[in-house]
Amino acid sequence: MYEKPLPAIDVESGPFWRAAREHRLAIMRCRLCDRHFFYPRELCPHCHSSVVEWTAASGRGTIYTFTIARRPAGPAFKGDMPYVVALVELEEGPRLMTNIITGDVESIRIGQKVAAVFDDVTEEVTLVKFAPA
Amino acid sequence: MARKAAIVGVADTPLRQGVLAEDGTVLQIQARAAKAALDEAGLSFDDVDGLFAAGAWGVPGPGLFMPVTLAEYLGIRPGYLDGTQIGGSSFEAHVGHAAAAVAQGVCEVALILYGSRQRSDASRTLGARGAAVLNSQYEAPFGLPSPVGAYAMAAMRHRHVHGTTPEQLAEIAVATRKWAALNPAATMRDPLSIEEVLASPMICDPLHLRDCCLVTDGGGAIAVTSLERARDLKQAPVAIAGFAEATSHWGIAQMEDLAWLHHAADSGSRAMAMAGVAADDFDVVEIYDSFTITVLLSLEALGFCRRGDGGAFVSGQRTAPGGAFPLNTNGGGLSYCHPGMYGLFLLTEATRQLRGECGPRQVKDAEVALAHGTGGVLSTVATCVLTRA
Repeated sequence: MYEKPLPAIDVESGPFWRAAREHRLAIMRCRLCDRHFFYPRELCPHCHSSVVEWTAASGRGTIYTFTIARRPAGPAFKGDMPYVVALVELEEGPRLMTNIITGDVESIRIGQKVAAVFDDVTEEVTLVKFAPA
Repeated sequence: MARKAAIVGVADTPLRQGVLAEDGTVLQIQARAAKAALDEAGLSFDDVDGLFAAGAWGVPGPGLFMPVTLAEYLGIRPGYLDGTQIGGSSFEAHVGHAAAAVAQGVCEVALILYGSRQRSDASRTLGARGAAVLNSQYEAPFGLPSPVGAYAMAAMRHRHVHGTTPEQLAEIAVATRKWAALNPAATMRDPLSIEEVLASPMICDPLHLRDCCLVTDGGGAIAVTSLERARDLKQAPVAIAGFAEATSHWGIAQMEDLAWLHHAADSGSRAMAMAGVAADDFDVVEIYDSFTITVLLSLEALGFCRRGDGGAFVSGQRTAPGGAFPLNTNGGGLSYCHPGMYGLFLLTEATRQLRGECGPRQVKDAEVALAHGTGGVLSTVATCVLTRA
């Protein structure tokens, strides 16, 4: 039984979570200003146009910042300690929150290159995590 | 502005070891604080025509209608209601909104309330951890301890960009504890050293336990009215000379630059411009200290030092009693109290400093004070410039 928080998938986030289940990282791009963004939104957060579309991200990025959790975010995370939570900056520009999968939390550095790995945590949900590239 | 406004009464809830000295519900806490603030001003509940409140109680339920619930409970029917909830910075925003309402003549006496039983109810989290909905679904699954993890990410980034050290962050906790030692109401008053901060358990790298605010109960109230009416009341009025607020993001992943609070720079400069003061005009400064990094980032953004120089600025116990820069003079959220949304106590302390009531921790001849709140995960800010009227 998976006890960590799961997304309440809705009509807006559905395409992202469906892609993740197929081990693809889907983000949005604005066709007017040509910038990418994450998380998905009705309007482009940069220029507010409604001409936005889903696009495949490369899954490559760098660690913008991170922390090592020495206390769990609730009992479900106890078994993972210590674990790395990071903001990864994707090649395409947007940042997202994720875990860095590593056997050595002390080795993680800002600026480190990482690549997406897909963690099928339940039958319905796959989380996009990252590992040093 | 047409009419100036002033703070005329303040109260904070008595605590013992961080727990309510007299037990009570969140509604009782706020009723007692409201009465105390009005009493010291020489006002009554009949004078109150504006009610402001923020907190984390009664949700879902009556807390969704916070000022309405409180009005009913207190038996008043205010004609001006404000439930603005921007986390710990809510009360600086309320003071600003109250000043604007008084200036416009749509409110004569505003009462601002807060109450929390966070310690007694043994809950640190502001809400239950249910399914991750809306934009939180992209963050909650990854287990970032909240809110400390987000602040740790900012501290990590600041260290990367500017070389800020754990020792420099610890300077803030140590200096703040020295102020708490001078405040009989403070929860933690024992001496604290930089070594002890660094030896305290790591919570989220690079933040140690003693880089983090306390978990306590608490509550308080602030009464605001026009400066002209204030002159006839019991306390020396404290003028609300400038105010502003700003938002940056909700989730930490959406923050533009984790080593720079552009919204605090914006709010601070607008509040100072309204008051006609500059950063070096302040005699005493109260900055929300949810974590040591919050203070360091705020000092830079508010213009007290240059961007990236926060670590050097706080070194050598500069912000301690007797130092060049009196900061968080009641002992702050780090050592006085932190009931979840600390911002109200920045205002009560700034007011008392300007009135000259602070005994051993009094900053001599304090005439201009800053109260700068931060809410969420560095998400929101609100700034008040207060002056002796």
